[in-house]
Amino acid sequence: MAENGIGASLKRKEDNRFLTGKGNYTSDINRPGQIHAYIVRSPHAHATINSVDIAAAKSAPGVIGVFVGQDLLDDAVGGLVCGASVTGKGGEVNKTPPRNVLTMDKARFVGDPIAVVIAETLAQAKDGAELVAIDYSELPATVSTATSDADGAPQLHEECPNNVALDWELGDKDVVDAAFAAAHKTAEVELVNNRMVTNAMEPRAAVGEYNSGTDETTLYLTSQNPHVHRLVMSAFMNIAPEHKFRVVAPDVGGGFGSKIFTYNEEAICAWAAKRINRPVKWTSDRSEGFMSDAHGRDHVTKAEMAMDADGKFTAMRVTSKGNMGAYLQLFSVSIPTLFHGFLLAGQYTTPAIYLDMRCVMTNTAPVDAARGAGRPEATYLLERLVDVSAAEMGLDPAEIRRRNFIKADQMPYQTPVVQCYDSGDYHASLDKALANADYDSFAARQAEAKGRGKLRGIGLSSYIEACGVAPSAAVGSLGVGVGLWESAQVRFNPTGGVTVFTGTHSHGQGHETAFAQLVTERLGVPVEQVEVVHGDTDKGQFGMGTYGSRSLPVGGVAIANACDKIIAKGKKIAAHTLEASEDDIEFGDGNFTVAGTDKTMNIAEVAFTAYVPHNYPEGVEPGLDEIAFFDPLNFSFPAGAHVCEVEIDPDTGNLEIVKYTAVDDFGVLVNPMIVEGQVHGGLAHGIGQALLENCVYGDDGQLVTGSFQDYCMPRADNLPSFDVDYAPTVPLHNPLGVKGCGEAGAIAAPPAVINAIVNALGIKHLDMPATPEKVWRAAQAAG
Amino acid sequence: MYNFNFQSASSLDDAAAKLAAAEDGTVIAGGQTLLPVLKQRLANPSDVVDLSGIADLKGISASGDGVTIGAMATHAEVAGSSDVPAALRAVAEGIGDPQVRNRGTLGGSIANNDPAADYPAALLGLGATITTNQRDIAADDFFTGLFETALNDGEIIKSVTFPNATKAAYAKFPNPASRYAMVGVFVAQAADGVRVAVTGATECAHRGPNLEAALSANWSADALDGVNIPVDRMNSDIHAGAEYRAHLVVVMAKRAVAAAG
Repeated sequence: MAENGIGASLKRKEDNRFLTGKGNYTSDINRPGQIHAYIVRSPHAHATINSVDIAAAKSAPGVIGVFVGQDLLDDAVGGLVCGASVTGKGGEVNKTPPRNVLTMDKARFVGDPIAVVIAETLAQAKDGAELVAIDYSELPATVSTATSDADGAPQLHEECPNNVALDWELGDKDVVDAAFAAAHKTAEVELVNNRMVTNAMEPRAAVGEYNSGTDETTLYLTSQNPHVHRLVMSAFMNIAPEHKFRVVAPDVGGGFGSKIFTYNEEAICAWAAKRINRPVKWTSDRSEGFMSDAHGRDHVTKAEMAMDADGKFTAMRVTSKGNMGAYLQLFSVSIPTLFHGFLLAGQYTTPAIYLDMRCVMTNTAPVDAARGAGRPEATYLLERLVDVSAAEMGLDPAEIRRRNFIKADQMPYQTPVVQCYDSGDYHASLDKALANADYDSFAARQAEAKGRGKLRGIGLSSYIEACGVAPSAAVGSLGVGVGLWESAQVRFNPTGGVTVFTGTHSHGQGHETAFAQLVTERLGVPVEQVEVVHGDTDKGQFGMGTYGSRSLPVGGVAIANACDKIIAKGKKIAAHTLEASEDDIEFGDGNFTVAGTDKTMNIAEVAFTAYVPHNYPEGVEPGLDEIAFFDPLNFSFPAGAHVCEVEIDPDTGNLEIVKYTAVDDFGVLVNPMIVEGQVHGGLAHGIGQALLENCVYGDDGQLVTGSFQDYCMPRADNLPSFDVDYAPTVPLHNPLGVKGCGEAGAIAAPPAVINAIVNALGIKHLDMPATPEKVWRAAQAAG
Repeated sequence: MYNFNFQSASSLDDAAAKLAAAEDGTVIAGGQTLLPVLKQRLANPSDVVDLSGIADLKGISASGDGVTIGAMATHAEVAGSSDVPAALRAVAEGIGDPQVRNRGTLGGSIANNDPAADYPAALLGLGATITTNQRDIAADDFFTGLFETALNDGEIIKSVTFPNATKAAYAKFPNPASRYAMVGVFVAQAADGVRVAVTGATECAHRGPNLEAALSANWSADALDGVNIPVDRMNSDIHAGAEYRAHLVVVMAKRAVAAAG
């Protein structure tokens, strides 16, 4: 291992600027002549817009422009697009209703943007916004995932009769039904996967700027994928041609999926900057974030398992509805279908699986990918169902898992739900997790707690996820409108320093450190001489961005491949300088050496020679600067076993997680410290969903949880000190042996926590979030 | 935030005069409620009169009978003062987070009378007296309704005097999101007998006569078993229904009694 290479828990390079207040976030950017945008949003969940009177606002002090949807249409600005076309029942592709940047006919959720006021100062823009007079005719709203498709429900879009955007199924229903008919026993559970708001620490923001001299548009914004933003806004929204359009996502304070998507306000800033010919800035306040960021999860589900006499799963049947909100966002229907359905086998050999999935529209904010995206929903229903099945069979939850695990020697394993797992040892991770959690002596701890009047419970979660998104041909065949390869450029500077351009984007993941370690390992260059550059379409080649734990499994391989091209070229240069055959040159620890001799040349010397090619091999181009694109052969499949132990105060329903044990298989760890941090963050997210977080709309479509006063984020004192360990296996399809780690905790934790609570209370099920009142009521009912 | 005139008051009389002269004025103490309201454009006062420069409103002084705390004493100052009895220090220490405790004030809290604030329970539980620029008001008469108090227009709190109690303690079940009291109960063997005050549960902090009766007869947690708490008065929201809140009132009262000894 190179010093500070793969496996080193190097402190994060980027933290120096983050911790000393030197981060450069979108709202830190102020351009000369900049003016401010404020969005006028619907206060109604569902209303016809009869008229929008902007006259008074236009003449308010400091106001420079007031615009409505027609103004963007007049400039041929297109609406927001959905990038998914998923084929459902009867070969019917999802119905995608159009969405203007500023809605014109109807408001369809509280926060739906209708007009924008642009003024010299933000306060003046807000003053002007109060003068925009909108005449609404309120309509009844539909918000419930379970009933929005019912007869008589208010209708959102003509294009979506009964508010159904997509009816999708996976698997052979007849085969599954037959297995249920023949089952020794069956188990079922009905559950809700609660709606979440991701609430990145940094709210969304955008600054648009137009240069009339060069006809170039620049958009600074909070994005996980600036090239994708540029592509979508250029190809579909007509903001500017790609070659005249620079998109910059500088430091970004958390994304969790919500900053993948193209949003109305970003298009407004880019368009208005050109229209007014002054830079236009918009920053979401937290209330706007709650209303208008894409939300996550929100499924209602019935899940059933058929078993034989040994407790082996013979078939699984799932009927579910997913809430898409008022419009289809960028990934939208692909999440409850492809990213949810394809994970339903979990770690088990269940031979037949059927999913009936309906995607419904409601008068709520759009719902899209959020940390895990479909995989938490799949894992939650499956791991809950497995525990219910264990109870039905009278088996220990660990035992029923063991009886049904795919064995390590069965890899690669083709599941009945499309995915083919390339590696994993589920017995090993469960055994290690149970040992670390001291599972066998739980009964003694439970008895001791009972003596103190507390109810103690333990719960397991054996999860798998599909990361490293994704092979382009595979996702293309499923209706995802992009390729999901990744790119890298590794550029030696003449003096030996290395600049790495990646198409991924770091918004908290520590890429600037981990990717530099990768280059240090590969090229032997000291880590402090490697600079990782991302987030600017004018710097480096096209890239697909960061989501689905893809940055290292896909982007990291692209970097490694670019390094290999550097080494290949370096060998030619070294061979010439050292007067040896290229075949005799070996590379290691940063040095090119003639095999069996002490004739050697450091890579920095090779780089210098490449830029000062006075004595240089014939036919070799000067310079040392290589680009690689990598399209993965398969998803990666991180997996593991988590064990949660809780203690409940039956008098109040108050609950404490007393121990949380995670054993994960992420393959090779490039920076174990960063990985552990990602696990901690993911666990906080998952425990937050299980215990605290819940986005609630009233029946009238008003957002009840519109601030942190009511939307409960996890805080440090809600969480235990996590016990994090690993049980790695070697993936077949990833050249670096890595699998991805950013979403695991958010996927694994919810069922582990709920299984522990259910165990403590001796009940069958409790819906998330397990609030004190819910737990108290369950404790009372359970006696 | 809308524009307003910011005025610094040098004395209570000066503050009252500035308030009286303003078209639609308000005072600012620690600003922990007023500033968020202003930022969200939910209030539009013509004048904001700052009390932080008034010496009369500061300080904590103990006498043989109790302790008098200036209206502008921050929660952190109360929590850290050896002149303040332990039960009251604990109330102050449990409010909000360090930022709130270093800005928020006793006077600001009780003048605002948030239904889930902690201090109103302590004032009621200890039988405190509120001294204003106009008069003395018993805590029992002060908290009149949802964000409503007995303060007249232009009346400004100067200090609060807490008489000594033989035993006292506060137990709070915090709202998981806001960390305000979902239910908080203050119990005391006060100078005038057993006092029990409940906050967070209803529209305004109030005394609990049924709890007081039970504890007057028998000062023990067990004495509270089965005490009737009227469910129909309780708040109900997404965090806690009325029945659960009523149940928590008894549980928190029992825990407060146990803590008081």
